[in-house]
Amino acid sequence: MLSSMRTLWYTFLHLFQRNVTVSYPEQMPYLAPRYRGRIVLTRDPDGEERCVSCYLCAVACPVDCISLQKTEDEGRWYPEFFRINFSRCIFCGFCEEACPTYAIQLTPDFEMSEYNRQNLVYEKQDLLISGPGKYPDYNFYRVSGLAIPGKDKGEAENERQPIDIRSLMP
Amino acid sequence: MNHPGSIIPGLLNIVLGLAFLMAAAALLTWVERRLLGFFQDRPGPNRAGPFGSLQVVADGIKLLFKQDWIPPFADPAVFVLAPAIAMVTVMLAIAVIPATPVIGIIGNLNVGLLFFLAMSGLGVYSVVLAGWSSNNKFSLLGGMRAAAQMVSYEVFMGLSLVGVVMLSGSFNLTDIIHSQRHLWYVVPQFIGFVIFFMGGIAETHRLPFDLPEGESELGAGFHTEYSGMKFGMFFVGEYIGIILVSAMTTVLFLGGWYGPFLPPFMWFGIKTGFFVAFFILLRAALPRPRYDQFMSFGWKLLLPLTLLNILVTGALILGLPGPS
Repeated sequence: MLSSMRTLWYTFLHLFQRNVTVSYPEQMPYLAPRYRGRIVLTRDPDGEERCVSCYLCAVACPVDCISLQKTEDEGRWYPEFFRINFSRCIFCGFCEEACPTYAIQLTPDFEMSEYNRQNLVYEKQDLLISGPGKYPDYNFYRVSGLAIPGKDKGEAENERQPIDIRSLMP
Repeated sequence: MNHPGSIIPGLLNIVLGLAFLMAAAALLTWVERRLLGFFQDRPGPNRAGPFGSLQVVADGIKLLFKQDWIPPFADPAVFVLAPAIAMVTVMLAIAVIPATPVIGIIGNLNVGLLFFLAMSGLGVYSVVLAGWSSNNKFSLLGGMRAAAQMVSYEVFMGLSLVGVVMLSGSFNLTDIIHSQRHLWYVVPQFIGFVIFFMGGIAETHRLPFDLPEGESELGAGFHTEYSGMKFGMFFVGEYIGIILVSAMTTVLFLGGWYGPFLPPFMWFGIKTGFFVAFFILLRAALPRPRYDQFMSFGWKLLLPLTLLNILVTGALILGLPGPS
């Protein structure tokens, strides 16, 4: 009985407290930079696609909403298509954690309502953005040992020249 | 009011009274949602109209235009009758409440208090019949709970008022208010006041005593199958019930319209509004008790307390030489 009275009193005091909610469409709530919202595919500083089609995001996705197909062009790997079904996505951010090249990133944006469910399936051109997102300097092909046009083996950052296995010299 | 010329003002009184009551009950749905919002640190409905007050209109239109659905497995006659009983009984009961010496429909009824108790007793039928005719196990459980709850709390509610009747020596609500001119009965009858208010909450099956509805256990209890305006009638009946119990508490324990400076009608409104707000605060603050706890609380704590209250009040009236 006494605890009920105390509950009543504390609830009554909430009458004089500031609202914790904001009037959303007029007033945007603060979204942290790491807020997990709409997923984007970023580009490296040179403007090339970061995604190397390793499928790790699709594997990590607990609701299987990512589907992609690898293709190859002069040593570089690309997704032929990259599709995220946002009507399934639960915005857990596992894909972002799984991505080895910082290609897939979640952004502080949640305003993606549609009248037609089909419109929530985003294709690659919908997902790709023009910038590097949260990691402005990272470029996978500049640090990896993969040979691409304009950069042979041993020319990446902090990479030694490959050892000639047919030579006796150290 | 026996000669035919006086029937027009009488009818006007009834129609205006009921219209005012319906408007107040409808507005109360908005007031409750706003207040609940404030208690929970959010604004509540504030979009439609100034401060969201047109929310009432929007809800009313929605309810009116919804499909008036009677389930094929239900008993149609009783199914239609139940919400009507819910509204009619509370509206009849509110007729005996004198808001001021002049405002009120039959405020001077010499058995006003008994009439109120009888009407709230009849109100049990609405929920029981609704639960029964819905032919649905959740509704039936809700209806059974409502029957047990309302019948048992009716007992304490009636008994808690015996002290008031003993002190004032009348069943006439106007006389009861007049006898509180010097001292409100909330002071000498504090236990009766608390128990009456609890009984009132149980009688209107409002939170925390909303076991007949119990959303988390029974869906919506006795009105699971109701939709549209039939549900709306239960809804309005419940809110008029809140006003009724608040007004009765004001009349019986807080001296009705008596108060300094302000006109009588204002005082009655303020006191009633205070209890209505308290109803809403209770809803915001307290969780629902388990059903067996609720019943044992009633029969094992409230019943002995009310009987003790009657005994002590009677003994004091006998023992003290006073103008009682």
